[in-house]
Amino acid sequence: MTVTLDLLPVLPELFVALCGLILVLVGVFRSGDATRPIATLCIMTMVTAMLLIWALGPDRQTGFGGLFVADRFAAFSKQLILIGSVLSIALAIPYLEREKTARFEYPVLVLFSTLGMMVMVSANDFMSLYMGLELSSLPLYVLAAYHRDNPRAAEAGVKYFVLGALASGLLLYGVSLLYGFSGTTSFLGLSRSFEDVSGPPAIGIVVGLVFVVAGLAFKVSAAPFHMWTPDVYEGAPTPVTAFFSVAPKIAALCLLTRVMVEPFAAMTDQWRQVVVALALISMLVGAFAALTQANIKRLMAYSSIGHAGYVLVGLAAGSVLGVQSVLIYMTIYLFMNIAVFAVILSMRRMGRHVEAIADLAGLSKTNPAMAFVMAVLMFSMAGIPPLAGFWGKFYVFMAAIEAGLYPLAVIGLITSVVAAYYYLRIVKLMYFDEPVESFDRPVGTAPVVAMSVGTLVVLGFTFLPAPLVTGAKAAAAALFPTG
Amino acid sequence: MSTALIFYLFAGLTVASGAMVVSARNPVHSVLWLILCFFNTAGLFLLLGAEFLAMVLVIVYVGAVAVLFLFVVMMLDVNRAELRAGFLHYLPLGGLVGAVLLGELVAVAFAWRPSESAEGLTRAPQPDPMQVTNTQALGHLLYTDYIFLFQTAGLILLVAMIGAILLTHRRRGGVRRQVIADQIARSPRSVELRKVQSGRGI
Repeated sequence: MTVTLDLLPVLPELFVALCGLILVLVGVFRSGDATRPIATLCIMTMVTAMLLIWALGPDRQTGFGGLFVADRFAAFSKQLILIGSVLSIALAIPYLEREKTARFEYPVLVLFSTLGMMVMVSANDFMSLYMGLELSSLPLYVLAAYHRDNPRAAEAGVKYFVLGALASGLLLYGVSLLYGFSGTTSFLGLSRSFEDVSGPPAIGIVVGLVFVVAGLAFKVSAAPFHMWTPDVYEGAPTPVTAFFSVAPKIAALCLLTRVMVEPFAAMTDQWRQVVVALALISMLVGAFAALTQANIKRLMAYSSIGHAGYVLVGLAAGSVLGVQSVLIYMTIYLFMNIAVFAVILSMRRMGRHVEAIADLAGLSKTNPAMAFVMAVLMFSMAGIPPLAGFWGKFYVFMAAIEAGLYPLAVIGLITSVVAAYYYLRIVKLMYFDEPVESFDRPVGTAPVVAMSVGTLVVLGFTFLPAPLVTGAKAAAAALFPTG
Repeated sequence: MSTALIFYLFAGLTVASGAMVVSARNPVHSVLWLILCFFNTAGLFLLLGAEFLAMVLVIVYVGAVAVLFLFVVMMLDVNRAELRAGFLHYLPLGGLVGAVLLGELVAVAFAWRPSESAEGLTRAPQPDPMQVTNTQALGHLLYTDYIFLFQTAGLILLVAMIGAILLTHRRRGGVRRQVIADQIARSPRSVELRKVQSGRGI
C-alpha cells in the first residue's frame, strides 16, 4: 500500500523514464534510420505525460519520503516544459533530415533532458534538485555539440560543459554550507531551521544562499553568469538553440522560484538583494549588448538574457502576485520564442540555412505571411500593447511595484524601451528595406504549426487571458503555505 | 593505544601518498601512489567499523578505477611542458581569486553557528549500529530511502553513455566487420574437414 502511495506522484516521470529506456532499445535494434518514428514516439510519450499530470489532479502529494513533491506549481511548470520539448522536437526533425545528421539519439536525449527538468521542478530536497539538474544538463551538453564535425558546435558543447560543471560546483558548495548549518537538505527542514533563527541569519547561511543562487543563475543564463549563452546559442544547431531557449530556461526559473520561495521564505530580505541585482544586470545586458548583433541567434541569446531579467523582477517581489507574474511571463515567452525559432529555422536559401539579421530584409514582399508572423512576434517581444508580451511585462512590473521595488520597475521600463529598438529594427528591415533573395519554399508543416500556435497565443491572450491568469495564480498560491 | 597507533599509521600514509600523487613526476607513479592511498583509506574505514565500505574501496577503486586510470595515463601522451606553459601567465589572477575565496571561507568558518536541531537531524538517517550491520544500513539507505535518487543517478549514467557514443562513434567505410550471426548460421557442409598426414600437403 505504501508503495502505491509513494509511486503515484511520480507517475508521469516514471512513465517518461520507462518510455525513454524502451525507445533507446528500439532505436538501437531497428535497422535503418529510425529518427522519425522514434521522434514521433517521443512526442507521444510527452503528450501522454501531460495527460497524466492533468489526471493526477492538483493536490499536493509528496513521494519517496519527501524527496519529491507534486503540486499545482510543479504541474504548471511541467506542462510548459513538455510543450516546449514537444514543439522543439517537431521543429528539429525536418532540419536534421535536411542536414543529413538525423540520428535517433536526438529525440531520446531531448526526452531524458525533459525528464530531468520534470524532476527539477518537482524537487523537494536539494539532493533531488541536483539529480534533476544533472539529468537535464548532461543531454544538453551533448546536444550542443551534436554537429560534432562542426568546430563551432564542438566549441559550444565544450564551453557549455565546462561552465555547467563550474555552476554545479558552486551550487553544491552552497548546498553543503546549508546542510552544515541545518543538518538537512529537505526544503521543509531547511525552512523550519531558518524560521528558528532569531535576529539576522548567520553569515554562513547567507554565503550558502548566494552560492546556490549563483549556481542556478548560470542555468537560467542571468547576467553576470551569462557569458556562455551567446556563444552556445550561436554555435549549437538551430533546433537545439530553440530547445535551449525554452525548456531548460523555464525549468531552471521555476526551480529558482521554488527554492527561493519555499525553503528560504524566512530569508526573503537576504535573497531579494541578490535577485534584484541579477535582474538589473540581466535587463541591462540584454538590452544594450544586443544592439550591435548581426546574427539572429546571438540576438535571441541576448534577448533571452533580458527576458530572464524581467522574470527575475517578478521573482524579486517574493509574493503570490510575483510568482504568478513569473509563470505568466514564462508561458508567453515560451510561445513567442518557439515561434521565432520556427521562423529562424525557415530561413533557408538554396537549401542552406542563413542566420544573419540582414537576410530578413524585404521579407514582406517575398513572403508576406511569414513577415507578418515575425512582425507580430517582434512587437510582442518588445512589449507593445495589446500583444501578449506587453501583458507579461505588465504583470511582472505590477508585482514589483506592489512589493515597493520602484527603482527596479523603472529601470525595467527603460531597458524594455531600449530593447524595443532592436526588435523593431527587424520589423523595419522586413517591411521597408529592399528585398534580397527569397527564402526556400515550402516552409514545412512543423514550423507552420509552431508559428501559428505562437502567433495565436500572442494575439489571443488579450481577448482570453482568464485561463492562463487564473491557472498561474492557483499554481503560485501552491508555493505559499497559507495560500 | 594500539588503535590510535594504527590510526596514525594509516592516516599518515594516506596523507603522504596523497601528496606523492600530485607531486610525482611520472604519471604512472602517481597512479601507483593513488593505489597506496586507497589501501590506507580502506584501513581507516576498517578502524571505523565500516568493513563493507573498506572492501568496496579496495575492490572497486583499486581493482577497477585505478587500473582504468593506469590505462588512460599510459595511453594519453600528456605533454607536461605544454600544460605548464600558461601556468605563470594565469598565476596572478588565479592566485588573487583563490586568496579572496580563502578569505571568505575563513570568515565563514569563524562565524559558523549551526542551528540547534542540526545535530539531531544529521544523525536521523543512521540506524543503531548495534542493531543492524553497516552493509544492511547502507542498503536500506540506498535502495529504500533514496531509491529515487539512486535510480535518477542510474539514468544520468545512461545518458552519459549515450552521449559519449553519439559524440565519438563513427562508421568507417571499407571495414570488414565481424557478423557473429552469420558465423553461427554457417552450415557444417560449407566447411570441409580433412585429415592431413604429416610431411604431405593436401
